[in-house]
Amino acid sequence: MEFPGTQHLRNKDFTNKVIKIIKKLLKEINKPIKFMHVCGTHEHTISKYGLRTLLPKEIEVVSGPGCPVCVCPAADIDKAIELGKRDDVIITTFGDMIRVPATNISLAELKAKGADVRIVYGPHDAVKIASDNPNKEVIFFSIGFETTVPLTGYEIKANPPSNFSIICAHKLIPAALELLISQSQLKIDGFISPGHVSTIIGLKPFKIFSDAYKVPNIIAGFEPNDVLLAIFMLLKQIKENKYETLNEYSRVVKPEGNLIAQKIIEEVFEPVSSPWRGIGRILDGGLIIRDKFKEYNADKKFNIKIEKSQDIPPGCSCHLVMVGKLYPYECKLFRDKCTPINPIGPCMVSQEGTCSIYYKYHK
Amino acid sequence: MSRKKVSSSVISLAHGAGGQLQEELIDFITKNITYKKVGKGIGVEELDDGATIPLEDYEKEIVITADAHTVYPLFFPGGNLGILSVCGTVNDLLMMGAEPLALTSMIIIEEGLKFDILEKIINSFNYKAREANIAIIAGDTKVMPRGTLNEIIMATTGIGIKDKKIKILDNNLQPDDKIIVTGSIGDHGTALISSREGLNISSDLESDLALLLDIYNILKSDINNNYIHAMKDPTRGGIASALNDWAMKSNVGIMVEEDKIPIKKQVNAVCEMLGLDPYTIACEGRALLSVDPNHVESILEKIKSTNIGSDAEIIGQVKAENSKKVLLKTIVGGTRFIDMPLGEPIPRIC
Repeated sequence: MEFPGTQHLRNKDFTNKVIKIIKKLLKEINKPIKFMHVCGTHEHTISKYGLRTLLPKEIEVVSGPGCPVCVCPAADIDKAIELGKRDDVIITTFGDMIRVPATNISLAELKAKGADVRIVYGPHDAVKIASDNPNKEVIFFSIGFETTVPLTGYEIKANPPSNFSIICAHKLIPAALELLISQSQLKIDGFISPGHVSTIIGLKPFKIFSDAYKVPNIIAGFEPNDVLLAIFMLLKQIKENKYETLNEYSRVVKPEGNLIAQKIIEEVFEPVSSPWRGIGRILDGGLIIRDKFKEYNADKKFNIKIEKSQDIPPGCSCHLVMVGKLYPYECKLFRDKCTPINPIGPCMVSQEGTCSIYYKYHK
Repeated sequence: MSRKKVSSSVISLAHGAGGQLQEELIDFITKNITYKKVGKGIGVEELDDGATIPLEDYEKEIVITADAHTVYPLFFPGGNLGILSVCGTVNDLLMMGAEPLALTSMIIIEEGLKFDILEKIINSFNYKAREANIAIIAGDTKVMPRGTLNEIIMATTGIGIKDKKIKILDNNLQPDDKIIVTGSIGDHGTALISSREGLNISSDLESDLALLLDIYNILKSDINNNYIHAMKDPTRGGIASALNDWAMKSNVGIMVEEDKIPIKKQVNAVCEMLGLDPYTIACEGRALLSVDPNHVESILEKIKSTNIGSDAEIIGQVKAENSKKVLLKTIVGGTRFIDMPLGEPIPRIC
């Protein structure tokens, strides 16, 4: 099969062809298959285009911990909320972060009570707000996986005004996946790995799946036929008893990744043992700002400490949904008590969150 | 459509964005009204585009609709607050199958607004009403201290008239009806977002803001024959909100096909870039129609012959099964639900 140009990636005829081959391969493999993706945008694509309704029911595709907003610990949000209560502070962050419930309230609730909390598209906008408001402390609540880290790193390197700082809550994907794969009894037959993260860090960090754990792994793009092609490529490996890391998203992802972005990350941040909401502390699972740039580290600048926080409220199953052990509709709170209007757990908030996606596209 | 409890202690912007939270707010406000309709007319409870006052001994009834208009920026690609204040209200009358007659206008102004801005808005308002042959018959003006509102708010009441036997209502969809949309969706909201968010998106995209009068006029005989079972302008909350509203009120399922829904390339591009769902983005000059399947082709042809309806399409149909739900056949052939939007569309992280 030839890989399509982008114009085929939403083409129904092409979809039908791939589905046909998938069904044929599945028949030859002759056993139920379970794949995991680890990216909220992949879940979004799968649900938005109704891909599960096209796949044979013997192929299960479950969500892993791929929502950066969801895995951000409540303590970090609490920190932003505490700082946001000060009159001289403007809190800035990504749109889907502001509604995530922390220990008591969310940033959105803080905003409704009168605090200056602003949605930005990225750290550059936050730096601009800092330049425009020299009498205020502008704090960027910096979250995300390897995809958003270089943007923040670039701004910090570019000598932003002294009233700008960040709460660094960045997480690193490969470490978390290794923890997941080494501990879980999930019996995953193959991984669909996130194309955006690979665009930055390349293929190498993902090879652990195939090399050490002998599980087929495909780096995939985000169009509907990208995901179906990845499923086809995984099935092909299973049929041929292979376990390799291959690149479906070659139109964007280079094997070595984005070297400039990697250099910025390396220069500004260092890996650190870091808590993931609902999953626990992960060795090298997050980043902190290097001492060289400590004046932009809000933790050090304001010396805020959160004593007690609560990641998973009673009854909430986000910690199980995040690692693919539970479907959202298997949680007792789903749709009944926990809704996007009244989210109890973090996965119900972000558009990348599995529960929120299921609420929107599945009934 | 009542939602029992209020989910937060303060009103947020999302309560005004046409989704589930807005329903909650409306329910909160209207639940204690005890006298809510005139005779057998349509009242508050139906939450339709407007209400009716039946005139005893006459075959006609008066149709009333009220709408407050606020938009930022006041002047946007393809329109301004004045034009919006006419179109928004008059379109609601038309969507009930009523002939628009008159408007009242209430203008609330923030201290400090420049006279030349007010003049431009009022001129547009008058011009648009004149164009549609609608009288402006009463009004009121208030000035509020600086900081108590943003520049200017216009609230208009629309008064129209229709035959009692015309029943174009949200709860009147019939299984097998075909759903028509009169043009590309999401232009208004996307044009506003592009001009508002400091994104420096350069685009030739304009709001679809328009009076739906031409479509109403050309469909008069179909309206009188009750071939059109429901009409709705998908404003706040977009077609996702309008279709869900229909499905719930009419107790039917609606299946729409993604590759039939007209969306401009620019709208798709902006929405995909910002992580917004074009089905939840507001239109201000489009209508959805639920139409008797035996007459759908001729109705579509008539709509397409108008300037504002040239891109009209049949996008789906009404079903008895999957009642109260809206389903989408996706471009690659999968099926999923279209949910009632939650509230204010928020751009996402990546």
